[in-house]
Amino acid sequence: MLRPRIIPCLLVHKGGLVKTTRFADPKYVGDPLNAVRIFNEKQVDELIVADIDATVVGKEPDYELIANLASECRMPLCYAGGVTTIDQIDRIVGLGVEKVALGSATIQTPTLITEAAQHVGSQSIVAVMDVKKAGLRRRHEVFIHNGKKATGVNPVDFARRAEELGAGEVLVNSIDHEGLMKGYDLPLIDQVRGNTRLPISVLGGAGSLEDLRGLVDRYGVIGAAAGSLFVFKGKYRAVLIQYPSLVEKETLLSSLI
Amino acid sequence: MIALVDYGLGNIPAFLHIYKQLNLACVRATTAQELQQADKLILPGVGAFDWAMQRLEQSGMRPCLDELVLRRKIPVLGVCVGMQMMARSSEEGKTSGLGWIPGEVRRFDEANLQGKIRLPHMGWNDVYPKDHLLFKEMTTPRFYFLHSYYFSADSAQAILSETDYGGGFASAVHHEMIFGVQFHPEKSHHWGVQLLKNFADL
Repeated sequence: MLRPRIIPCLLVHKGGLVKTTRFADPKYVGDPLNAVRIFNEKQVDELIVADIDATVVGKEPDYELIANLASECRMPLCYAGGVTTIDQIDRIVGLGVEKVALGSATIQTPTLITEAAQHVGSQSIVAVMDVKKAGLRRRHEVFIHNGKKATGVNPVDFARRAEELGAGEVLVNSIDHEGLMKGYDLPLIDQVRGNTRLPISVLGGAGSLEDLRGLVDRYGVIGAAAGSLFVFKGKYRAVLIQYPSLVEKETLLSSLI
Repeated sequence: MIALVDYGLGNIPAFLHIYKQLNLACVRATTAQELQQADKLILPGVGAFDWAMQRLEQSGMRPCLDELVLRRKIPVLGVCVGMQMMARSSEEGKTSGLGWIPGEVRRFDEANLQGKIRLPHMGWNDVYPKDHLLFKEMTTPRFYFLHSYYFSADSAQAILSETDYGGGFASAVHHEMIFGVQFHPEKSHHWGVQLLKNFADL
């Protein structure tokens, strides 16, 4: 049986790992490679590493860091951040990364997704959308540049466009819920999931294993990603890298097994 | 000595890392000359079929690989698109494959599956192997998959393991000493490490 994927998402800022809240207030939580080693021990399903500076500063991806992460990682790795050209994608996949996430490119340079799928295959191209409620009517809207720039694109159109262009996965990230640990944005996920045939992964808001279980109960096979949940412990948010054990994971998936 | 065929695709460092931890000799090969010392080969891959075949042809290693695998019959393990390249052809592209294992690569049939499953097939799934040394010392093996195409072998004899995704498909195939796995052992925790160790022990 294909299992839902439970995916820690790590944010890189100025070379260190951080955790943000609603895309702001980065708090230092440790060293990226050290975190990967701990997640190896914990037999994580998959890992997302996002460089939150790259697009904003307009710099090249940090290839040395990516190479180190890819060789250390004993689970599949998805890299996000500052990817704008086919050469960058070829190089990143060549370093041993299984998936590359493209955000603003889906809107600004859509041909890049198609071209990338022809090189590295659709299965390795993830279209990622950062979504928040905006405008007087508080409608879900896709934002780029680390949540700073509105695009006027709604999440359903984004997902459909990504699928047509040749992406292999859609990652839905809720800016409104990010870091709050009060649950996923389920109405947002409902909309997107119902309008694409691609596998989807969701991020933003998970605060407990119950939130993951709720996702699996509701959607079955899905990618359940989380940041804070896997790096903070307790109400004072002490930094502690954690992940459900194999036994705990089976319990989370009990509705499927 | 295992040689990892480095034609620019696939996670070479992850394989090297695992074999280093296992204390088994494994090197990266980028030229035909570097392949000569190998007694086993791994053909990794992440990518589209045509792109992967083109990169392999451009590497200049193709004739030497054919010689080692087909004439000298040294064991070879293809991974993901590295496995798919061992077929005659693929529905993903127009280029001919290596033709090492009789079969062709097909896309999962979405029409037939009626929206029951999503493509790509992505994530951890169970693998049901034949009784074979490549899968020794594994109970309920589970591996990471990332693909929309699968190996359709001409003969059921070639199927080494099956996995369920909207019906069964061949998640590993073999023909003489040629092996291919659709999943990523280099990214499948202890199950993957065991499989890579088993391959080294063949």
